[in-house]
Amino acid sequence: MNDLQPFQRQKLYDNRTIWIRFADGLGSHALNWTYGVGSATMLVWETLLLIFRRPLQFNLLVRQLLLIGVNSVPVVLFTGVFTGVVLATQGYHELKDLSAEGSIGGFVTTSVIKELGPMVTAFVLAGRIGASITAELGTMKVTEQIDALEIMATNPVKYLVVPRFLACAIMLPILTIFATVFGIAGGYFTAVSIFDMNGRFFMKQARNYLFIGSIIISLIKASAFGMAIASIGCYKGFTIPSAGGAEGVGKATTGSAVTSLMTILAMDALLNQLLYTVVGLK
Amino acid sequence: MIQIRNIWKSFENKEVLTGLDLDISRGETLVIIGRSGCGKSVLLKLITGLMKPDQGEIWVNGEEITQLKRKALHHIRQKVGMLFQSSALFDSMTVEENVGFMLSQHTKLRKREIEEIVAEKLHLVDLDGTQRLRPAELSGGMRKRVGLARAIAFNPEVILYDEPTTGLDPITGLEINRLIRDLHTKLQVTSVVVTHDMDSAFSVATRMAMIHQGDVIAHGFPDEIRQIDNAVLQQFISGGNIQKIDA
Repeated sequence: MNDLQPFQRQKLYDNRTIWIRFADGLGSHALNWTYGVGSATMLVWETLLLIFRRPLQFNLLVRQLLLIGVNSVPVVLFTGVFTGVVLATQGYHELKDLSAEGSIGGFVTTSVIKELGPMVTAFVLAGRIGASITAELGTMKVTEQIDALEIMATNPVKYLVVPRFLACAIMLPILTIFATVFGIAGGYFTAVSIFDMNGRFFMKQARNYLFIGSIIISLIKASAFGMAIASIGCYKGFTIPSAGGAEGVGKATTGSAVTSLMTILAMDALLNQLLYTVVGLK
Repeated sequence: MIQIRNIWKSFENKEVLTGLDLDISRGETLVIIGRSGCGKSVLLKLITGLMKPDQGEIWVNGEEITQLKRKALHHIRQKVGMLFQSSALFDSMTVEENVGFMLSQHTKLRKREIEEIVAEKLHLVDLDGTQRLRPAELSGGMRKRVGLARAIAFNPEVILYDEPTTGLDPITGLEINRLIRDLHTKLQVTSVVVTHDMDSAFSVATRMAMIHQGDVIAHGFPDEIRQIDNAVLQQFISGGNIQKIDA
């Protein structure tokens, strides 16, 4: 093959059957995917190693906590309330068919704490923060700012990734608590004002289904989702080709949001299996 | 100061540098010329360790850098300043924060002391009073000068310039050339300038080298370069259309 002239190689390439082309494409995608997962894992590993290495740079962390956390509060609260409203409305009609509408308080509380609180918060932040991290770091990459950091003897992973990773890991659980509280409040409001349920009864039901294990599961999942969002956002931004330009940044930003959403779903399934089945939390 | 030995570098089967050798002496301003895509900027990235060569050795201050880990490389990089083609200023920071970045990262100097050094460096590039501006508020020439102030903020022994006059109007280009000469005289640093702007090259060079087809095809003092009997070199210098040059 190496002895062939370029035009002969091209002819061989053009004459391949559809099945060989399919296998070639599949193999190429599989290789790229494996390479991507490996590189992203290496980035997470390097980030974890650098977290406690001096200088700790708390000022960078505080800035990211504000950008990622405080600025996301309104959208998380809004999403949380309406998740609770929809859940109570759907749940009421389904439970009424089983003559169990009285347990709507427990239904909303369990669903929001264990699943919807962390998931909805992670989804919102994957779109809002993950994509913004990719766009910011990607722009820095194509404008040589990340090379400039390296030249100035500063590790870009330590300077750019570590603060974002920590901020997401810290803020996701806090925002999840907000989303959960407002989700239950939305459910309460719907049950009491629309379906004429007794408010005290709703709260009693809610308390009966409130387990410390559920809260721990919720916070562990939220923190894990936060780490995934930050890692994917940073990785996608760092791996834009230097010549990618604005188009490369745009593609990577979309890719970051989509990859984060898929990763969150996969992680959720995995963590549920681990925490409920293996560890035995309730 | 810098020795480059038998350097090979390729990208996706395209060989850019093919066994390149080059010596850069302390205190000189070496200008590297060559056509776009000939590997000039790649060479700067190899010297700073931003890229690894496929083969070969690069010695900086007596230390071979191609096998160094990031931490050891950072030690070397503290002695190197670089002006990027796009200036590469940090968008989210002010001019003062950009210029003082290395000082705030790698020294225990107080804020007040950093401010004084930044003001001194900005004075050297004729940008007094611009500390509070952001990169988006600067013209192309001002961005280059801030980039230059940032490159010299840590008192480097070597300054690398990647296309310092590209994208600038002729008058601003002349100002940048003057600054490069001034800094060379005042700071006594070793400078490596990569450019295809021949006016700029002859204006700042104490020595020149031309890269073509992956290797240095000619080098010498500016007057010698004008006399070397090499068609590719002379065509590049004169910008004439003598014959087709194979890229």
